[in-house]
Amino acid sequence: MKANCWYGANKLRVEDVPDPKIINAHDAIVRVTSTAICGSDLHLYNGFIPTMERGDILGHEFMGEVMEVGREVKKLKVGDRVVVPFPIACGVCFSCKRQLFSLCENTNPNAWMAEKLWGYSPAGLFGYSHMLGGYAGGQAEYARVPFADVGPIKVPNGLSDEQVLFLSDIFPTGYMGAEMCGIEPGDTIAVWGCGPVGQFAIKSAFLLGAERVIAIDRFPYRLRMAREEGGAETLDYEEVDIDDALKEMTGGRGPDACIDAVGMEAHGFEYAYDRAKQAMMLETDRPIALRQAIMSCRNGGTVSVVGVYGGFIDKFPMGVVVNRALTIKSGQTHVQRYLKPLLDRIEKGEIDPSFVITHRMSLADAPKGYETFLNKEDDCMKVVLTP
Amino acid sequence: MAIQEATQWPGVGGSHRISAGSRAVSPRQQGDAPRGGEMLATALGWFSIGLGLAELAMPRSVAQMIGVNDNEQNRGVLRAVGLRELASGVAILTRPRPAGWVWSRVGGDAMDLALLGAAFASEQSRKDRLAAATAAVLGVAALDIICGERMSGDGQSGRGARGGGMLRQFLGAAKTEHGIRVHKVVTIEKPADELYRYWRDFENLPRFMRYLESVRKMDERRSHWVAKAPMGRTVAWDAEITEDRPNERIAWHSLPGADVDNSGAVAFAAAPGGRGTVVRVELEYNPPGGVIGATIARAFGKEPGQQVQEDLRRFKQVMELGEIVQSEATVKGGGPARPPREKPATTMGAPR
Repeated sequence: MKANCWYGANKLRVEDVPDPKIINAHDAIVRVTSTAICGSDLHLYNGFIPTMERGDILGHEFMGEVMEVGREVKKLKVGDRVVVPFPIACGVCFSCKRQLFSLCENTNPNAWMAEKLWGYSPAGLFGYSHMLGGYAGGQAEYARVPFADVGPIKVPNGLSDEQVLFLSDIFPTGYMGAEMCGIEPGDTIAVWGCGPVGQFAIKSAFLLGAERVIAIDRFPYRLRMAREEGGAETLDYEEVDIDDALKEMTGGRGPDACIDAVGMEAHGFEYAYDRAKQAMMLETDRPIALRQAIMSCRNGGTVSVVGVYGGFIDKFPMGVVVNRALTIKSGQTHVQRYLKPLLDRIEKGEIDPSFVITHRMSLADAPKGYETFLNKEDDCMKVVLTP
Repeated sequence: MAIQEATQWPGVGGSHRISAGSRAVSPRQQGDAPRGGEMLATALGWFSIGLGLAELAMPRSVAQMIGVNDNEQNRGVLRAVGLRELASGVAILTRPRPAGWVWSRVGGDAMDLALLGAAFASEQSRKDRLAAATAAVLGVAALDIICGERMSGDGQSGRGARGGGMLRQFLGAAKTEHGIRVHKVVTIEKPADELYRYWRDFENLPRFMRYLESVRKMDERRSHWVAKAPMGRTVAWDAEITEDRPNERIAWHSLPGADVDNSGAVAFAAAPGGRGTVVRVELEYNPPGGVIGATIARAFGKEPGQQVQEDLRRFKQVMELGEIVQSEATVKGGGPARPPREKPATTMGAPR
């Protein structure tokens, strides 16, 4: 089959690889009908995530048709149309029992690598380094899906691929970002980053009852989408001082909660400082958006971090967190927890996630898709690939 | 992950074979042996940046230090060399695959040695300082070569978490001279009796203990164990159960005549709040001296702590899931995350 493979920083090849096969009794094989490039794939593309190997198949946002099931698979049948969540979860361990699916204790067979970096290991993820399992990703014609009864959700034929594909990651991720804010009536939520996750965080904040959402970015087309699709007020951080603007807009108090939907490769005022530190290995991640979110948040508010960080950051304003009693919440999305409720919202017409799609390409053009997305060429917001 | 080391272990340490006078090897030390190639590369990257900056900013002082005449031409050469140092330094520190850039340092070393050789011919050079500088470059060149070999030798990507096995192997083997003792702990979402029953049938152990080839029951208390050794060899021993408290604890040791003198114990205890069962394992190996001993030491001594931790993780998977979790990379024993060419052996079907 054809698959999009990583060959080093900024090097991808769509090439022929062996077809996936059932390895374990709980596996299913899915023929991929749609797959997308995630902002977090760009961290891999840029070489910021350790333990990638040349030839790894990328991709963790995918859906398709079940072609084959292992003999322990009870709920899925050949022919079912499914969306696959990006974390792989066993469904029975301590974490899974508590709905903390992205922290599954069993699905990272390379847990020892993650333990070296993070102390304990989270769940394995599709196509996201060997430290997180060494699982082949879904930017391919076929994919093996472990624990097929736990992860994939069947989707009705009445909904198109484009309407449901983002249940695999970015819609639940934005939603969890908003949910972690503990939104109460009257709340103002500030969202850093108007990429796809930021867009879903904006919509989700309103779905969860926010009064106002203020979205922050520097790309006019992304701010426009936040205004026109999301109904947010917007701020361009290259034009205004964010702290001042947020203070002014919130009556001098600060947003009730702040969502960091940017992560480790942020840009902004402190970019040069953090990029240099990164280059010299004095920090691995650039926490510019996170610092600002913490500084801006109102006393006693919540900072919700859904942007991906991988390692260590510098100049973390812990004094602000303590003295202003902030709550920081974070996590890789427990996607399995959100599949059903969010599919319901799509079916009811409360949201149509396809609004973020700007580029449709064939899988063969994946390398071009990454470049377009990375460089924000042609007002690129979200690339969907069709095998 | 619910696996961690236990340094204090009153529940299991009672076996007379365990811990009597042997130096315990901390699993933490074992697991965290520094990745030699990468650490060296980082150090060399910084060295390049420091030297490069000095040569660029203070060519006069550097010229004086290494004993070449301080003239415009030499300062120009030093600045060029400084730029090259800076470039390799930054590249080593920032590129995902620094191995190539470490080799670029080796090329630079050769160039420096050639320049120093030329300087020896000059009347105005200070020969003593030149000799010291040459010795320093030779030393760094040796480090560069070692580093380059470590980073490219095993075919891993330069900054991958698996680089630099040499140092670890060396440390592991050295420690085995004192015997290897490991204890690890894991929490499993199953009742103690179920876990005890599975473990008590030693013939099940090779399913999750990767170094075991087979265990055959001889009678209620004795069993014959065959373990994998390097180069397709095996080592074998008979073992006897020394303690058997149903649902709580099993201890065993090898009988005289074993290829590898060893002992082990496993204890099961309910986790607080009904959160499954805490399983603690202690294993000890005392490889004999001589060549076969050294071979065995390498087999067991590589990373015994990590090996046992992985075994326990697989035990948890077998008990909780009935299968051993595999990714496309691990099912092949390494390599890129893509499907294997041949149909892999399945690990389905656990006894329940």
